[in-house]
Amino acid sequence: MTETLFEKIWNSHVVVERDDEPSLIYIDRHLIHEVTSPQAFDGLRVNNRKVRRPDLTVATIDHNVPTTDRSLPMIDETSSTQIKTLEKNCKDFGIKLFGINDPNQGIVHVIGPQLGITLPGSTIVCGDSHTSTQGAFGAFAFGIGTSEVEHTLATQTLWLEKPKTFEILATGKRKNSFAVTSKDIILSIIKQIGTDGGTGHVLEYRGDAISDLSMEQRMTICNMSIEAGSRAGLIAPDEKTFDYLNNRKYTPKNYDDLVDDWKNNLMTDANSKFDKTFTIDVEKIEPQVSWGTNPAMVSDVTSKVPTPEEFGNNNEIQIESAKKALSYMDLKPDTPIVDIPIDRVFIGSCTNARLEDLKDAAEIVKGKTVNSAVSAMVVPGSQMVKLQAEELGLDRIFKDANFEWRESGCSMCLGMNPDILKPGERCASTSNRNFEGRQGSGGRTHLVSPVMAAASAIAGHFVDVREWC
Amino acid sequence: MKPFSKINSIITPLDKANVDTDQIIPKQFLKLITKSGFGKFLFYDWRFNHDGQEKDDFILNDSHYKTSQILVTNENFGCGSSREHAVWALKDFGFDVIISPSFADIFYSNCFKNGVLPIILDIENIKKLLQFKDEIELDLESQTIIFGDESINFKIDSHRKTRLLEGLDDIDLTLKEDTKIENFEKNSSRISIFE
Repeated sequence: MTETLFEKIWNSHVVVERDDEPSLIYIDRHLIHEVTSPQAFDGLRVNNRKVRRPDLTVATIDHNVPTTDRSLPMIDETSSTQIKTLEKNCKDFGIKLFGINDPNQGIVHVIGPQLGITLPGSTIVCGDSHTSTQGAFGAFAFGIGTSEVEHTLATQTLWLEKPKTFEILATGKRKNSFAVTSKDIILSIIKQIGTDGGTGHVLEYRGDAISDLSMEQRMTICNMSIEAGSRAGLIAPDEKTFDYLNNRKYTPKNYDDLVDDWKNNLMTDANSKFDKTFTIDVEKIEPQVSWGTNPAMVSDVTSKVPTPEEFGNNNEIQIESAKKALSYMDLKPDTPIVDIPIDRVFIGSCTNARLEDLKDAAEIVKGKTVNSAVSAMVVPGSQMVKLQAEELGLDRIFKDANFEWRESGCSMCLGMNPDILKPGERCASTSNRNFEGRQGSGGRTHLVSPVMAAASAIAGHFVDVREWC
Repeated sequence: MKPFSKINSIITPLDKANVDTDQIIPKQFLKLITKSGFGKFLFYDWRFNHDGQEKDDFILNDSHYKTSQILVTNENFGCGSSREHAVWALKDFGFDVIISPSFADIFYSNCFKNGVLPIILDIENIKKLLQFKDEIELDLESQTIIFGDESINFKIDSHRKTRLLEGLDDIDLTLKEDTKIENFEKNSSRISIFE
């Protein structure tokens, strides 16, 4: 019988299966951070339960850490309490923590792959919806709520209803593969299938245009699966995957044997059936800029802000949503995207703050200066990314251009730390959500790629970045 | 968890699509380390002005809906972040039932863990409910909603229904399968991160 990659991973992790009931699925990797875990550890204490497999569990601190000088005391007491709580919980329950001053600290979805903790064919969870990032390695990786964090800690399993499968077939070749990025591919996909297009499904990204991408670019795609409503998105592993994970800090000792096994098993069999299929030709994709308050409200950079009617396409609810979005974003229909001025630029987040993202952005910035009306910052995805970037001199390029160069963390992607937009400020952001108030109450977010963010910082407004490289 | 019982309540109509968890509970309130007390921050940016004053035009500020236990809303409710704080805030505010044409997956699953019943209905019934002013009767046991002269049946996974009705603790139930989990680990040893 033919099976999809997802079905193979699912079947090899079923602990209990009964007719018409959710299945009990074994979890291979559990990543933890400070925001969604305190109540889970509390639950364990109240019920006198232990962590079943501390050796399959790691923690880091990323959501609320300051990205400024960490030798200084934290100003925000509640954040500080949350961090201390995680430190105590990890100590009490025997969990490895990459703490605030650890060289391996970073955004949880960035450090997992970087440390070789993420493995093909595995099941990975974290109390964070962007866990889908790690699906780029051919893992079933998905976000969970705090109750499920507690459940995983106590049992190393979760009750899950088997999701349906959704093939996203990306064909063709990008016309300018530097200026049209994997971010533009995923934003185009979400624009077309909608923010709930993938609900109840696991996405499998396939086709030459996906194979063509580097591992870091693939992570950007899988990261935003959740923005299309899918709890998980995955890509079959190949040589690039195996090379990426080789010789990392926690790469398993019998890695070569594992790779042989993965090569034989981790692919969707020919003629497998998906519940749904969507095809996209990447040759037609332009650089993308979001104009609204959800990640499907996106336009080509050469086009204009749509009218609510154009966007809504006769759907009353969508038309109404677009009206509200335009009002919140303070944008008028028919404004050319390139005429939208910006106040802030944020290059960071689990979507786009890995080394390649920073290299590409630096390529644009090199020898130029940030527009005087714009304040711009770079927040590397992990301390290791930061160090590698500094070894390449990228920090100098950014600082010379008047970008701020920060310590790693989630930062202004969600603004739980002091990095937030002021009400009314407009930001070109490489993050994943343009929801109202996401980057700060009243703040206006435009989702873009790292090269688009970099070029916009210099110009002071959106530009067709293809003309810059 | 408290067993889920029959509900008689008026509806709070929130006629919006794609209500994301950042709206339900903005990030500045995610720093608490307990599960209680989130209700006062529910829909914070929609409920309050920058000076902390209540906005008159937001439905949750209308005292008429103060005792409502049922929120009716539009498609893709609860999208975005996995934060369970969104469900804790809705429950703490007084909502035991959310009715929508569709929910985001993680939010939907989080509801059941906290004794909140998410009900999926077709758009026509949602439209009717959004307009309905009087008290409705909602019974999980028989899976019916009675409003005025009309009655609608809703679907729900029987496993989840039982857990809600009996207020069962998921972890207790799973630990009954402990031998199976142990056998699974024995038969296919999992790769420790720190070998």
